[in-house]
Amino acid sequence: MGVELAHNGECHEMEDVNFSDSELVYHVRDALISVQTGDSDSYHQLVGVMHHSERLAPDEVALLVTSLKALSGAVSYIDNVHHDSLLNSIFGMSLWKYGPDVMDALLELIIALAASNGKYVDSCLDMLVSNFMPPMYLVNTLKQPRGLAKKEQVLSRVHTALEGIVDLIPMAASRLSSVVVHRMPTTFKKDLQKDHLMYRTEVYVENILRLESGAIREFVGSRMLMAVVDMLIELDVAIGWDDILQDDSCKGIFAIELEDADEVAADDDNDENDYAELPRTLNRKSLGKNIVADLLDSLMVQTFEHLESCARNKRLGEVFETLLDSFMLTILNTYKSKFAQFVMFYACALDPEKCGVKFANTLVDRFVCSDNAVTRMSAVAYLASYLARAKFLSAAFVASTLKRLVDWCLEYCETQNGEMNPKAHRVFYSGCQAIMYVLCFRMRSLMDVPRLKSQLLVMPLGPVLKHKLDPLKVCLPSIVEEFLKQAKAAYLLTTSETFIFEDLLESDFSRDFGGLERLDMFFPFDPCLLKKCDRGYIRPNFVYWKHVRTTYGSDEEDSSDEDITEDFVVVNGESFMEEEGAGSLDEQHLDLDEFDYAMNKMSITPKNGFTYRFGGEQMQMPSRIRPSTTPESL
Amino acid sequence: MEGLSVSDANLVVYVHPSRSKNVSQAILRELSSLLFKFNETFDGVVLAYAVNALDKHARILSGVHPYFCVRLKANLLLFSPKPNMLLEGKVVKLMRESIHVIVLGFSSAVIVDEDIRDEFRYKSKRGEGKYVSRVHKRHTIKVGTIIRFLVKSLDEEILHISGSLIPDHTGSVGWLDGDVKNSTTESNKKRKQPDGEIEVQELGIASGDTHSANNDRGIKKKKKRRNAEEH
Repeated sequence: MGVELAHNGECHEMEDVNFSDSELVYHVRDALISVQTGDSDSYHQLVGVMHHSERLAPDEVALLVTSLKALSGAVSYIDNVHHDSLLNSIFGMSLWKYGPDVMDALLELIIALAASNGKYVDSCLDMLVSNFMPPMYLVNTLKQPRGLAKKEQVLSRVHTALEGIVDLIPMAASRLSSVVVHRMPTTFKKDLQKDHLMYRTEVYVENILRLESGAIREFVGSRMLMAVVDMLIELDVAIGWDDILQDDSCKGIFAIELEDADEVAADDDNDENDYAELPRTLNRKSLGKNIVADLLDSLMVQTFEHLESCARNKRLGEVFETLLDSFMLTILNTYKSKFAQFVMFYACALDPEKCGVKFANTLVDRFVCSDNAVTRMSAVAYLASYLARAKFLSAAFVASTLKRLVDWCLEYCETQNGEMNPKAHRVFYSGCQAIMYVLCFRMRSLMDVPRLKSQLLVMPLGPVLKHKLDPLKVCLPSIVEEFLKQAKAAYLLTTSETFIFEDLLESDFSRDFGGLERLDMFFPFDPCLLKKCDRGYIRPNFVYWKHVRTTYGSDEEDSSDEDITEDFVVVNGESFMEEEGAGSLDEQHLDLDEFDYAMNKMSITPKNGFTYRFGGEQMQMPSRIRPSTTPESL
Repeated sequence: MEGLSVSDANLVVYVHPSRSKNVSQAILRELSSLLFKFNETFDGVVLAYAVNALDKHARILSGVHPYFCVRLKANLLLFSPKPNMLLEGKVVKLMRESIHVIVLGFSSAVIVDEDIRDEFRYKSKRGEGKYVSRVHKRHTIKVGTIIRFLVKSLDEEILHISGSLIPDHTGSVGWLDGDVKNSTTESNKKRKQPDGEIEVQELGIASGDTHSANNDRGIKKKKKRRNAEEH
């Protein structure tokens, strides 16, 4: 090319320095034009400069920068037919390989190229989005403290360039959303360098969230957020149930699972699954080794942190709208989503009065107004689990939401003349079960407040639950039993009929109303098994059954948080429904300890004063999400 | 500004049976999906719509999905820039090699240096660039200036226009329209819009023409021919 490297392009004054810059530009233009006449020497030299990227000496860097800048001035001469090798080399350049000077020049070129002609917009956006993820070989460097600076160096420039393009070409914003969604990393399982893949995916999501809150958030924000939720769901669904639960001893629970045992074995390439582990304990270890679960865990933490920063910047409200829409559209209808829904939980925890309330109300509306039975049952299952587990919801709000449910159920059964029919009235039964489930957790706290107690006493629970349709017989026996026990202790409801449940978790009737999807046993906000999410974010806002004060229980203080031990087994042992009762031995010991403690405290008994509870009668709440009865393949 | 028009359209919307509870919402949704996209049938970009009349009855189609088709009349505001039309937009970026403009807030346009007439000279001061006319020193184009330019071509996918400042009556609108003394022959009367949304500007013309529509068109035609000859 033989171009003299002139000054570094700083234009203080007008004509002189610009003159040599424009000389360069004209030279490049000539090179580009002459390709069409057959003389491509200069052109090939130019392409050669673009390709040279490894270990650049300072003068090579300067040459590259100058060439890029000159090209920026000549973009209108670039033709996608004659100059495709040049274009390919430009679009193939990775910003991560270069220093800031080259990066700036390259990005200037990309912006100029996009703005010059509509046909380059997609490729330019594609090039920028492909730079969201660092190349594999850099991952280890980037994970170190000094790597953070490099990452920020690159990503801030990428985002500024994207904003620059959208400034010049407003319609590029919607193309950008499509490109980002299209390029999302999707293969999570078999990958040679799992750690690197995880890191790169996290960086990609970091970029998506950055777009969500950045300068062009108006145009791309909601699509970005939905893309993140979609990714969380995909990962969630990719985690197999057998990765979580190592429980093969409960009678009858896995009976139906025989047919998909083969399927599971074939599917599961995670050979760390150790079936010889202790029965009836959740195999956290197995989950911990699960790369997909790890990835989901860290992505959810990223999302939580993003929500926190939105809350700090007072934009949680608008973000929540999108999140809620996304939830109702995807998560609600995902067959037994395991953890992704906790994003909603945390968002609500950040703003209980607005977001927390809105979530519950939307679920009630969906239950009451929707046409699709499965959606309605799913919505009420989410609602029940949410109302039970959200520490941040006021008792008053829980009471008013319960009232809406009870009113609907009453209205329903008043129009029904028939007898019990689990399949036909499944929406009704799921409503009843939801009411009972929430009251198992909340009855005591409602009864303790006089105003709410009177609200509760006025609610037509009797007419609903003792109706001909017989919800007490159809709903999940464990829930019914616990509910009746508490209701009796609180003088809320008594039944003449004695229900003999024999410690059954489920019954034929409940299976019937639950249907294929087993929505009778769906408790989506059961304790989250993802370590990082749970510990740092969910736990402080979460109600554990262990710490629920029941109406028949002793009037002790809430167990201190020290009880929430690191021992995962215990935490989940409390919510695990045992058939034989032997597994609850640990739990029994614990309860006796608590009992002793309570006796020593000798607090004033409440009006509903049962102060004893013996281990043997301790009913475990079936609040574990159980995969037992429906084959994964469904 | 040319290229904008309101047209009366007779449309048919096929509504899926699941939306039969709220047909108006379904129709509005369908119409909204047309917005800001180039539409072959209308030969332009739909910017806004107003539903005039909705049929009370709809025919149910036979077939696998019993869609029902609703006929309606609507007014559509269309943007259909064609070559040799004059458009106006705001300059967002200015360089020696090109001027970047945004039209109507959503459509991007670029004018490359070959398409900027020699009258304009690029000057760069303190990092800010501008184009100054050699003939009329006060005629300047900077970032933020509204300019009038000629359409060369349109990329329908991304609504990206390639423009030209070659013709004499292009340049900064503020200067062209505001400076009566320096104005030349043409009248820059924008096409009247039935909705009256776009401001109609009329110049006091030195020649003292009374504005009859035919006359204006005649002048425009002459200009067009002149431009065609120049190229």
